[in-house]
Amino acid sequence: MNQIVILLPIALFLGFLGLLAFIWSINTGQYDDMQGAAERILLDENEEDNKGA
Amino acid sequence: MAIEASLNDNFPRASEQSLDDQRLRAASRIIDSKTLQTEFHVPEMHCAGCVRRIERELAKLNGVISVRANLSTRRVRVLWEHKKTSATALSAELDRQGFAHMPLQLGALSADEDDNLLRHLLLCLGVAGFAAANVMLLSVSVWSGADAETRDLFHLISGLIAIPASAFSGRPFFASAANALAHGRLNMDVPISLAITLALAMSIWESLQGGQHAYFDAALMLLFFLLIGRALDHMMRTRARNAVKLLASLAAKGAVRIAQDGSQHYVPAAEIKPGDRLQVAAGERVPVDGIVRGAGSDIDRSLVTGESASFTIEDGAAIEAGTLNLTRPLIIEATKTADQSFLAEVIAMMEAAENGKARYMRIADRAASIYAPAVHLLALTSFLAWLIASQGDWHMSAYVAISVLIITCPCALGLAVPIVHVVGAGRLFDHGVLIKDGSAFERLAEVDTVVFDKTGTLTKGELCVVETNADADQLALASALAQTSRHPAARAIAAFSKDTPAQAVPTLSDIEEHPGLGIEARVNGRIVRLGRPSWAGSIAADAPAVLVVPPALSAVWLAEENGGVAAFAMIDELRPAASTAVRQLQAAGLDVQILSGDTFAVVRETAERLGIKTSFADLRPADKITHVEKLQSEGRRVLMVGDGLNDAPALAAGHASMAPSSGSDVGRQAADFVLTGSSLSGVVISRDTARQTDRLVKQNIAIAIAYNCIAVPLACAGLVTPLIAAIAMSASSILVVANSIRLRFNNPRQPLETET
Repeated sequence: MNQIVILLPIALFLGFLGLLAFIWSINTGQYDDMQGAAERILLDENEEDNKGA
Repeated sequence: MAIEASLNDNFPRASEQSLDDQRLRAASRIIDSKTLQTEFHVPEMHCAGCVRRIERELAKLNGVISVRANLSTRRVRVLWEHKKTSATALSAELDRQGFAHMPLQLGALSADEDDNLLRHLLLCLGVAGFAAANVMLLSVSVWSGADAETRDLFHLISGLIAIPASAFSGRPFFASAANALAHGRLNMDVPISLAITLALAMSIWESLQGGQHAYFDAALMLLFFLLIGRALDHMMRTRARNAVKLLASLAAKGAVRIAQDGSQHYVPAAEIKPGDRLQVAAGERVPVDGIVRGAGSDIDRSLVTGESASFTIEDGAAIEAGTLNLTRPLIIEATKTADQSFLAEVIAMMEAAENGKARYMRIADRAASIYAPAVHLLALTSFLAWLIASQGDWHMSAYVAISVLIITCPCALGLAVPIVHVVGAGRLFDHGVLIKDGSAFERLAEVDTVVFDKTGTLTKGELCVVETNADADQLALASALAQTSRHPAARAIAAFSKDTPAQAVPTLSDIEEHPGLGIEARVNGRIVRLGRPSWAGSIAADAPAVLVVPPALSAVWLAEENGGVAAFAMIDELRPAASTAVRQLQAAGLDVQILSGDTFAVVRETAERLGIKTSFADLRPADKITHVEKLQSEGRRVLMVGDGLNDAPALAAGHASMAPSSGSDVGRQAADFVLTGSSLSGVVISRDTARQTDRLVKQNIAIAIAYNCIAVPLACAGLVTPLIAAIAMSASSILVVANSIRLRFNNPRQPLETET
């Protein structure tokens, strides 16, 4: 029983963190351009003049 | 409004800018006193390379704050400072990089609304997924035999997670169910909402009583599965709607207004007032209804009336919005605002017709209207039966009744139907067909009559030369003359002579275009004319009947002063695959008809060429809608295929409808399917796909019923525990989803061979 009292809140907390991360990703528009995201992985990032917002 | 006031001081005065710049400025959104945001549609952006090039090169421009390309919607959003750069500079840079582009009009940006809805659905999905996963973990330990104490604790925690989560995530279903009930209907969402609510209520009661069985996991899993279906369905519809909106935004929505002092300004169509004088350049569409002032021109009314021939219009003549000006710049005086123009009448007719279509019920909802009462009755019966059998143990009876509701909840269907539609829509998308709504598949599958519009639908809506007796010199001369004009006949000749070997191009002087007649010019001091046979022939030495032209073909003559005559016969060419598509539809047992606003002779000729027996000519928009409605009142299901403004009401009235993307905005908006390619093979592919999706949806309903035949007796007998419910629900969902995905591997008929 003791383990449960400790483990359960930890498990729920971690799950909740995942949920928060998901909500954050929705609100920052990461699901708005799925196709673009798939292609952008091919781009080099070390370009200083890339002003993408 | 403070921003706007300060903007007026800061921005250069309108007259200092070019008309192009004004046009782009009108399409930009004001962010703050320094910054503007412009969105461009870049249809040719296909890959990461394009994205990078656009973002990098635009960002290099002085005054550009940020650039973001969206590959899914093919849009580029640029934030820029109006003092350092201009929208024309952005546009020029895109040109320099070789990307065709169009500024998006502000009104077309309302896709934001769809984005927000999608975000909300995803949020619901995320919350339901989180809750379902955690509650399921707790449930597994309960099922594997936890102590009574642990079980009660776990039930309590499950309840604390499940109740707020389903209150939040279930809103799309609760709202839809409440809406259906308020209108006295039953849809799929009614049994869903009822099952979820009752399952939660019973589980809370059980937990508080320290009972063994709680259905928190089942309720949440149900929500999670159903939300997946809902989100997929939404994504499919937004994708098609966005594509259609982009097409709409490609058409310029404004005009050049001539002020009292003679200066010219570009204004959006919505700001045009009756009495304004507008300049419509050759090649532009008339934005509002008006009256021609000053010199006339040739106009193309094919999108408005369906007539393929061009007209000559004179001073004082009335002109409808949507008409294309062909030969000379026109000055028109607006008589109506944009929203009262000819278009508005058409839209009113369309709305009336659409009310009829709203009565159509999706198969899933039709099934629900039988299924839901049956299930509710069954639950009630088992409740009463158990009440009598157990001599008043109402707790046991309620438990059985609710487990009947949970086990019969149409969760598999809520997921399977959208998946079938999404897979079908994806396949059509690959073939260049956009579908706006999943229910259009169901309607298209039922169609038994196909009604085509002629001009612009069966045909390309542009002329092409089929025969000529001109020699090489005459051809070169005709080509040189034709290149000076935008008239469809001239463009046809220019395109025709492009294929012949290059000749020394004659030098033309004193080129003049006579509306309704043709083009006149001087070559080496002699007058040459290209145009109407009687007009051109009058200057020739002799005017023999050089080429006999059937009534459906139009003829243009090239004549030299006191010289020879050459004739060009031309016709509005059929779209690629038009006759194959018609033949395949007829072979599939469908009745194919033509409804056209064009003249009798032309329509009959096209019908004969395509082997269509029934054709109607000379129809106004109201006649078309009457005809379609008459066919439907005879019990037929009509697929209307058309492109013009005049077809829009009939498109809305048809059981299903398609429009080629080259058509009018209104036509595309009214249609369920939009064909993006020039070929008509999409009509056949859409129908094949629709029939396959329809078969799969019905199979899935059959699977769901078969599953219920096994599960319901168990539930009625009181043998269903939460564990069995969870397994049964997942199994049936997986089965129907797997069945739906078969569509993906089921190859459609190969794209039709192209005919020329």
